[in-house]
Amino acid sequence: MDHGGPAPPEPVTYLCGDCGADNTLKPGDVIQCRECGYRILYKKRTRRIVQFEAR
Amino acid sequence: MKDRPSVMDLPDLPKGELPAHLELQRTRVVCAADAPSYTESVQYSGAYMAFGVDNSLRLEDFKKSFKVEVKYINDDDMEFDMIGIDAALANAFRRILLAEVPTMAIEKVFIANNTSVIQDEVLAHRLGMIPIKADPRHFEYKADDENANEKNTIVFKLNVVCTRKGDRVNNASVKSEQLIWLPEGSEMPFDTKTKFTAFGCGQDKLPEFASSPICSQYPDITIAKLRPGQAIELECHAIKGIGKTHAKWSPVATARYRMHPEIVLTEVLEDDLAEELVAKCPAKVFDIEDLGKGRKGVKAARPRDCTLCRECVRGEDWEKRVSLRRLKEHFIFTIESTGSLPPNVLFTEAIKILIDKCQRIIAELS
Repeated sequence: MDHGGPAPPEPVTYLCGDCGADNTLKPGDVIQCRECGYRILYKKRTRRIVQFEAR
Repeated sequence: MKDRPSVMDLPDLPKGELPAHLELQRTRVVCAADAPSYTESVQYSGAYMAFGVDNSLRLEDFKKSFKVEVKYINDDDMEFDMIGIDAALANAFRRILLAEVPTMAIEKVFIANNTSVIQDEVLAHRLGMIPIKADPRHFEYKADDENANEKNTIVFKLNVVCTRKGDRVNNASVKSEQLIWLPEGSEMPFDTKTKFTAFGCGQDKLPEFASSPICSQYPDITIAKLRPGQAIELECHAIKGIGKTHAKWSPVATARYRMHPEIVLTEVLEDDLAEELVAKCPAKVFDIEDLGKGRKGVKAARPRDCTLCRECVRGEDWEKRVSLRRLKEHFIFTIESTGSLPPNVLFTEAIKILIDKCQRIIAELS
């Protein structure tokens, strides 16, 4: 269930800790929300598939 | 027993029938105020040899005396009477219904995204409990090492995003009707190894499902609650199983039986005593009977409603006036189906399973 090897750096989407807006950052960008200027951003959950037993 | 006859009164030669007190012990459970007695059933064929009575169980006798009376039936519930069957067999049917009649239930959940407050494990467990409207007889059991195909797996997807539209919140609660059946198989086959390829055929093309698409039995089961910005994206795979493995596969909400109540008034009760007895019974089993000339009697009008609370035999002298019993071989059987099969079909399936078990034993012995 592995999704490929090393990939070129892609823009990653983060969530603003204050207003909740989506922020797309590239390496080297200033860590700051574009909507409200808040400086704490959270990474989103990966879309990696996890399997569970329904028990 | 106060009416037990003296040995001197018994006839010298057996008459081929049981004396009344033994017949009572054989066919009834007597429920006194403190405890029930004669609860066992007499199995030994020679138990009443001294009276010239053959107690053996014969198939011919069973065929002649056994009766089933359906009291009511609809798509989900059913109540019927089974008369002339031993408690062991009635209980076997109950236990098979609970634990051994198969249904389909979600067993594997592949979660791509879940940002709701409900944890992945708990969400998966909740999904497993949803009753699936699919006839399990059209499916096969899936072995652990077997790949999923259209004969052993039902695939659903759930893809919900909660959004705010002005004052309204869309998809605030995720309902079971939002589970979407994928008749062609998994949409993420790389992760789930579940692309149906064996016949190159989607389940919706199979004649048994063409007219009735597979879905949740009830559309309004809440799976999770979301706030704006939260989302759930997953795929669930339902397989065939039995309640013995996990209760989610049990086809019945409950299957139960009780013995038919019998209430005998051993004294003639009139006026005040009659009124008292009617008032004593919370299940309203007794009715006042007009004896003429202004006298009031009492009769047990609805013994079937009796819940065996034993209120009527409680209190001074009441045990002498009322005899409360259950018929040992008359069962009031109730089945509440969760919906995969109608209750009468469930019961015939249970009978088939018992037949299979008996045949397995016979094969092993011979």
